[in-house]
Amino acid sequence: MQASATVTSVAVGTPGEHDFAATGIDSRKLGMWAFLASECLFFGALISSYLLYRTKGEEGTRPHDLYDIPYTSVSSFVLLMSSLTMVLALSAIKRHDHYRMRVWLLATALLGMVFVGGQVYEFTVFNHEGMHLSSSPASSSFFVLTGFHGMHVTGGIFWLLSLVGLSLRGHVPSERHLDVEMAGLYWHFVDVVWIVIFTIVYLVPM
Amino acid sequence: MKDTTHSPADLVREDSEGPEVDRVVVGVEDAPPSSDAHADEHPDDGVYVKVAAILAAVTAVEVGLYYTDLSGIQLVALLMGLAVIKFGMVVAYFMHLRFDARLLRRLFVTGVVLAGFVFSIALFTMDILLR
Repeated sequence: MQASATVTSVAVGTPGEHDFAATGIDSRKLGMWAFLASECLFFGALISSYLLYRTKGEEGTRPHDLYDIPYTSVSSFVLLMSSLTMVLALSAIKRHDHYRMRVWLLATALLGMVFVGGQVYEFTVFNHEGMHLSSSPASSSFFVLTGFHGMHVTGGIFWLLSLVGLSLRGHVPSERHLDVEMAGLYWHFVDVVWIVIFTIVYLVPM
Repeated sequence: MKDTTHSPADLVREDSEGPEVDRVVVGVEDAPPSSDAHADEHPDDGVYVKVAAILAAVTAVEVGLYYTDLSGIQLVALLMGLAVIKFGMVVAYFMHLRFDARLLRRLFVTGVVLAGFVFSIALFTMDILLR
């Protein structure tokens, strides 16, 4: 009887504070990495579409005719630095420094807002220049790709702000640092996607 | 391949050995006992700041290259190489994949490689079809 009970608990894992999969890795973390791996295919499809259609359209309706590289470079720098503030937030909670964790999380959210604000401004400028979502295959693929990325960043901002709120109420104790780590994984992934987009979409010549 | 079949009596014996049990049962010898087990191996804040400084410098080089007179293929090769370096640094250090379980590394690399492979083929064939 005792042997049977032990078999069950070993096979399915012990429920409790941590939810470990049979691999010994927290199943939430494993799930997040699986999700991020699938996101590679999602953004890969959007980037491929852009590469296929970027030359399709009349002059003035293609994003390459309107890019402002110095402006986008600053936006890229801002998003890169938000990855630094994110990892510092995780480092802070592991040191049981909740005040600094909240500061770094807020800084990350703020940098994310600057990035999204910059993207909204860029879209507005393109719109005024006559490049709309349906102007050309090139503009459609550009807006869909960068728009989806912007939506991911926006989702990340809400996640970070909710973590700050929960922390203020005492719901993110040090032993739950995985909550911050999960948000960090998502945020850094959004950053690496932008690294690829910035190079392929903005810097690589037609 | 290690034999992963165990009798209930074996499992009882293994259970008394603590965290080793899960690994023995599923045959994942290289899995850590928990995600916290390697938390102390993570770099300190100084390393993160240095990585961020390198990322900023590489971005500056990328933008600088954009304004040079380099021809198409050379420019594309350099830009893609720098992007791969940035991608790798963020994933390895900021996402801690360098210090995390091998399974996570394999999982993510599979996604990246699969995406690269599938869409390279798709781009190659579709590009020909769209011409």
